[in-house]
Amino acid sequence: MVDFTWRIGGPQGAGIETAGELFARSLARAGYWAALRREYHSNIMGRHSYLDVRVGDRPRPGFYERVDLLAALDGETLVRHLGEVRSGGTVIYDPAVLDRRLDQLPMLDAPARRRAQARLGKGARVGDALRALAEAGAETVGLAVAELLRGADPRARNTLFLAASLRRLGLPLEALQEALAERFGGNARRLEENLRLAEAVYAALSGPEAGLSLRPSPGPRLWLSGSVASAIGKVAAGLGFMSYYPITPATDEPFYLEAHPESGVRVVQVEDELAAVNMAIGAAAAGVPAALTTSGPGFSLMAEALSFAGMTETPLVVSLYQRGGPSTGLPTREEQADLLFALFAGHGEFPRAVLASATVEGMAEDAALAMALAWRFQLPVIHLADKNLAQTAKTVWPIPLSALPEAAPKRAREAEGAFPRYRLGAADGVSPFLPVGSPGAHYWITSDEHDEYGHITEDPELRVAMMEKRLQKTRALKAYLPPERTFRLFRPEAEAIVVGWGSVYEAAVAALDAVPGVGYLHLFFLDPFPEIAPYLEGKRVATLEQNATGLLARLLPVAPETRVTKFNGRPITIEETVAAFEAVAAGGAPARVVLTAGV
Amino acid sequence: MKAKDYRSDLAPDWCPGCGNYGIVAALARAFAELDLPPERAVLVSGIGCSAKTVHYLNSYGLHTLHGRGLPVAQGIKLARPELTVIALAGDGDGMGIGAGHFVGAGRRNLDLLYLLFNNQVYGMTKGQAAPTLEFGARPKGLARPNPQGPVNPLWLAFASGYTFIARGFAFDTPGLARLIAEGIRHPGLAFIDVLQPCPTYNDLHTRAWFAERIYDLQAEGYDPAAADAAAFAARASEWGERIPVGVFWRRERPGLEDVLGPPAEGRPLDRAERLLAGHRLAP
Repeated sequence: MVDFTWRIGGPQGAGIETAGELFARSLARAGYWAALRREYHSNIMGRHSYLDVRVGDRPRPGFYERVDLLAALDGETLVRHLGEVRSGGTVIYDPAVLDRRLDQLPMLDAPARRRAQARLGKGARVGDALRALAEAGAETVGLAVAELLRGADPRARNTLFLAASLRRLGLPLEALQEALAERFGGNARRLEENLRLAEAVYAALSGPEAGLSLRPSPGPRLWLSGSVASAIGKVAAGLGFMSYYPITPATDEPFYLEAHPESGVRVVQVEDELAAVNMAIGAAAAGVPAALTTSGPGFSLMAEALSFAGMTETPLVVSLYQRGGPSTGLPTREEQADLLFALFAGHGEFPRAVLASATVEGMAEDAALAMALAWRFQLPVIHLADKNLAQTAKTVWPIPLSALPEAAPKRAREAEGAFPRYRLGAADGVSPFLPVGSPGAHYWITSDEHDEYGHITEDPELRVAMMEKRLQKTRALKAYLPPERTFRLFRPEAEAIVVGWGSVYEAAVAALDAVPGVGYLHLFFLDPFPEIAPYLEGKRVATLEQNATGLLARLLPVAPETRVTKFNGRPITIEETVAAFEAVAAGGAPARVVLTAGV
Repeated sequence: MKAKDYRSDLAPDWCPGCGNYGIVAALARAFAELDLPPERAVLVSGIGCSAKTVHYLNSYGLHTLHGRGLPVAQGIKLARPELTVIALAGDGDGMGIGAGHFVGAGRRNLDLLYLLFNNQVYGMTKGQAAPTLEFGARPKGLARPNPQGPVNPLWLAFASGYTFIARGFAFDTPGLARLIAEGIRHPGLAFIDVLQPCPTYNDLHTRAWFAERIYDLQAEGYDPAAADAAAFAARASEWGERIPVGVFWRRERPGLEDVLGPPAEGRPLDRAERLLAGHRLAP
């Protein structure tokens, strides 16, 4: 069995991401499965960043807090992560950094420095952190960085640690060579230098007795991040227009589509989120499926437009990539705190749908379904995701795009002259759709209450009829969605059930294996809210989510006895989820449990 | 089609003497002059008295949100470039809550027309000062003289990159209709500042007050295509005893539509498969 976690750390700008991608791709080429996630500051250069890759002989859910192999490009990494390498694990380091005192590391901020000094002593040096790692059972491997880099571009430091890591894992050099050739194929000088450095490192270090062997490829696979999966899902569903304002972590999706004009999507970066959401509404009214992406602060600016889309029955899809809040919060960190906001933003009463992605690969189908529902029912759909899903990348099986749903409205058969865009009488509350600009006809779209043609009305009876028509769509949507698409229940017979949503999914599924005493109910849809009361009846209930107050509890038909929460901006880990599940299974867990893994 | 064929069945509920009547008439007249099929025209308004205009014409009309008409209009234009899209805004829509979008649109220079219904007050909400009202003025709806100064829409349009900048008068229907037709024909973002007196709340800048002051730029030989920035500035700043109407600025330059390329053709599924293929892992 192969299942290990590698972590590489260093300052932003040192090529951590490139090294991480190459690490994952080298292992994928060798027939393994890999999942990569990264942590970084809201900054451009110099502050600490790190990246985990979990590797296996088959795909496994979730990430661990503690790693098997830590590659530390600098001293700060050794200090920050000194508690996170497993006994029996390995640390690769540059001996030149050991001398520095902790207070001489300019980017090691006060809280982190004080915690380390509390453990290592006030005048501690980086070398003391290394010693602590060794005392905890890690093998330490020094890399002669200065010597190896002589005559080479100093930025190739990351290549040394990449190669050293793969050497210590015992991966044959050819897998790395192929990955480097794929990455730097267009630049002969850079490729030559990287290959030379890789070879030098492999010669300088020894490998394990039994290392990773090359395995036959399991079959055709993809390397995908959640953002890209979501983008492609939307394209498959018929996306033709995306307007956006850049905001972390939502920008990857429009950036990807802009960089790939073969997607056929017209992508426009606009002056603010108010413009972005209203432009998307205009495009959709004209018959072109439109969507946008944003995060909490941007979604706050879209509240009036949600109400507008709801009132005018214009299909709109917003992928809301949550991040640490409130306000500017933690722009590059993980959180799931916008649940209630997504459900209730926008004044007045109007139907919407809210679904939340659980996995990277699921983002494609979720995004396509969001588009399909928006167009089938002519309403705003909010697709919840988060930083973790956006920026985690994995080896996955090819996504069957032809099976994805499409954005297709109930079309008007024909129209001439004034067209009743909001015709009453349909059982599902959905009027036949005619795009603005269709030949031979005309109608009005009004944010005021309106009659069937879209003219303003204040008539009390017509108002009631129109409101009921719109609200009927919620009932129709509920009847339309198969229950198995809206939630999934593992181990229903357990006497304690943990309920979760969003990207806690994989950690929860992994924890189930280790804790037989709990079941797990995962919600994919939050509006319409699935009928889960029968499955929670008579059970002890807990919630699991990454926010401070346990927002989900307010939506459940039964009050949970425990809310398992995490809100330190770091993603949930398998170890802490297992511990939480064990506490729930044992009974008597406090009303709120706060998870704190991560640095 | 004749101008009256473009009018819808709905009777306007504006106050008697409102400048908006003239604007609706000018739009219908311009459509007739251009022989524009009604289904090709899309009028997009914000919120306010001005916004009701779309209901009085038989074309596609969107009565949207305060300040957001211009983004909606651009979304429609980007989805269906062949449509004739006209954005309408009151002076609050355009120069207050929508000022950011006013500027943003200029940067894109999409081929659409933007009419500002400029009467220096907020009619629908009972007469507050609009962003175009001068400092110290006190039309009847204000509790105290205006404590803030005006923004000049022509200057703002110029600074933002609008390529056709004009001013019209709501009570000169033929003149305004000509400007509207020119603005529609102009290949790029066209702006018309329409002096649109509010008889109910602005007792200072009335129809008569304007009639005494306005003069036609073109009648005085001003060429908007030849005028340089200084000449534009001099005319655009003129307000008081003489108020110019007509075309102040006309240029052509590439915009967003030129670089975006045509909207997608072919099957979405094929495009998605092509994208996905780019993420295949070797071998």
